[in-house]
Amino acid sequence: MKWHAIFEKNVLILAAGILITVSIGGIVEIVPLHTIESTIEEVEGVRPYSPLELAGRRIYMREGCYNCHSQMVRPFRDEVERYGHYSLAAESMYDHPFQWGSKRTGPDLARVGGKYSNAWHVAHMIDPQSLVPGSVMPQYPFLAENALNIGDIAAHLEANVVVGVPYTEDMIAAAEADLFAQADPLGDHGGLLERYPGATVGDIDGNPEVLTEMDALVAYLQILGQMVDFSQYTTEDLRQ
Amino acid sequence: MATAAAAVAQDTAGTRDSVDYNEDVVRLFTLATVFWGVVAFLVGVVIALQLAYPVLNLGLEWTSFGRLRPVHTSAAIFAFGGNALFATSLYVVQRTCRASLFGGRDLANFLFWGYQLFIVLAASGYVLGITQGREYAEPEWYVDLWLTIVWVAYLIVFAGTLFKRQEPHIYVANWFYLAFIITVAMLHIVNNLAVPVSFAGVTSYSLFSGVQDALTQWWYGHNAVGFFLTAGFLGIMYYFVPKRAERPVYSYRLSIVHFWSLIFLYIWAGPHHLHYTALPDWAQTLGMTFSVMLWMPSWGGMINGIMTLSGAWDKLRTDPVLRFLVVSVAFYGMSTFEGPLMSVKPVNALSHYTDWTVGHVHSGALGWVAFVSFGAVYYLVPKLWKRRELYSLKLVSVHFWIATVGIVLYITAMWVSGIMQGLMWRSYDSLGFLQYSFIETVERMHPFYVIRALGGILFLLGALVMVYNLIRTIRGDIRQEAGLAPVRPAAAVSAE
Repeated sequence: MKWHAIFEKNVLILAAGILITVSIGGIVEIVPLHTIESTIEEVEGVRPYSPLELAGRRIYMREGCYNCHSQMVRPFRDEVERYGHYSLAAESMYDHPFQWGSKRTGPDLARVGGKYSNAWHVAHMIDPQSLVPGSVMPQYPFLAENALNIGDIAAHLEANVVVGVPYTEDMIAAAEADLFAQADPLGDHGGLLERYPGATVGDIDGNPEVLTEMDALVAYLQILGQMVDFSQYTTEDLRQ
Repeated sequence: MATAAAAVAQDTAGTRDSVDYNEDVVRLFTLATVFWGVVAFLVGVVIALQLAYPVLNLGLEWTSFGRLRPVHTSAAIFAFGGNALFATSLYVVQRTCRASLFGGRDLANFLFWGYQLFIVLAASGYVLGITQGREYAEPEWYVDLWLTIVWVAYLIVFAGTLFKRQEPHIYVANWFYLAFIITVAMLHIVNNLAVPVSFAGVTSYSLFSGVQDALTQWWYGHNAVGFFLTAGFLGIMYYFVPKRAERPVYSYRLSIVHFWSLIFLYIWAGPHHLHYTALPDWAQTLGMTFSVMLWMPSWGGMINGIMTLSGAWDKLRTDPVLRFLVVSVAFYGMSTFEGPLMSVKPVNALSHYTDWTVGHVHSGALGWVAFVSFGAVYYLVPKLWKRRELYSLKLVSVHFWIATVGIVLYITAMWVSGIMQGLMWRSYDSLGFLQYSFIETVERMHPFYVIRALGGILFLLGALVMVYNLIRTIRGDIRQEAGLAPVRPAAAVSAE
């Protein structure tokens, strides 16, 4: 194989050969996902996360929930019966980053929203085994004790705008107020629900005095899988 | 063949005295490999026990499974594996080029301390809850930037040393190391594109979202396996197996064919992590097709490694270091058969989301990556500290058997629990209802999680035997042992 000597005798040619060889597959697979329009199904209802949901999502990531829970229902009979409608690409189009997961040590959470009460989630987070005796989930009592500390929430929304999430100026201006109003039983929820339809409002963790990490996490869990009304669509509508 | 044989022959011919090899940095990276290896195995045992006995999560923020699992994976891949790659690549590139490291001592020391800083920043971040939430790419933006700087320095040192080589040809091990360094740079940069919330803060949002983000992440994730844990470690195989066996690489032609086909095909295989998800079907099918094709170059590498023992098979009986190296290649062959199998969509429908995947990863990580690293470390330590031999070859053999039993327990437990759980999720009773609730499947996992933890404990114990053996070796002790010392040709002994 004499032709190969050119690679073996020349560092730059070898390096260039490697770079070209390893670039092709990624370009062919990833670039079309950004250009083919049908990749994201056209459905109504998918909206950016409310400030409190977004803060809850950061806690979901911080605690590494994705290590044990997927958020991606596959189109199989048993999964659809167990978890609900199979997941669409559109449903995570504002997820930076995606949290589809790769392992189900615990059940899929793509449609956990609305399945359990707020009180159930709070009790389950504090002591999972008290509700589900065989569970191997860690206990998270500190979530109910820690005050939510996300820093400048408007800056979080602005960073999301930079990466393409359609938060409006109105939403950014109201971000700080919305963050606190969502879990405040006496808060004004009218504007909030207009901006973020379907959000869980009111006292979430049974402690209306303090906005806790538990409030945020449960607010996030309760919106999962709730944005698209699947009664409006047939399988044909949802083809990619 | 000619090139490979020549490079190995020249290396043993005693020309090394004329070159001022930088072995200090190799020694540091070798010690770090062993240290982080023990850390990675220890944290692995802890989180395995947490799954069997959840009370061990302690209910604290810093000790829950979700935060410790990234510590385990990063420690295993980047700290243990990464240091092993640094140690061996910087050793091999000097020897096979007959040149000292480009950039001198300072740049080499920067590589070492810069990389250790990356590890500490990443791991302490996870424990404190600072993470991007991307598997195997958890470090936040500022740690990613730091790693980029270190990695570019690595490329400069490695390629610069190749550039100033005194050998006409670049030896095959270096092709693999170079492919590993270049490709990991590309993967790392693209997958970590993100916008920080503030340059004074630690949090960022990824540039891509949803389906595009998922494919970018698994393009990265699969090729972290393909280039970090495969191409780099094939570089180890291509130097240390021929050296220890004192045989030339089996086939030069096969090296070329499997090198280019491996690095071309691997990149395409990422979508098999996203079968039946919201990733469009065309991408899934492409990923599956290339994953199945990947079986061929993978086995090309395995054949080239194992057949290098032609004419020296008897050494497997007498040299436990060579046994580590060769069995690692056998594990490589096994997991690169299992991988394509699991990438076939109907198989993946069962295996995905279950422990089968975890078992598959560990047959590669423990059987291939760790074993080939152990072999290389056992080879390197006496050379680097100028000792005649290891303190004890018997203890190497003890390590080998304890670790092998540990791996077998681990992967069989995960096969059974993974396939069982996959089948339980999809089983229906006679009335057409789902037969098992999710928690029933979790409860059935318990005995297998205990067995898996036991396997991990054995693997950890084996590594501690290695630590003892290496400490005694470095101190210059040699244990009186009969019968295990490898019978070596007179020429090789006199060359030392």
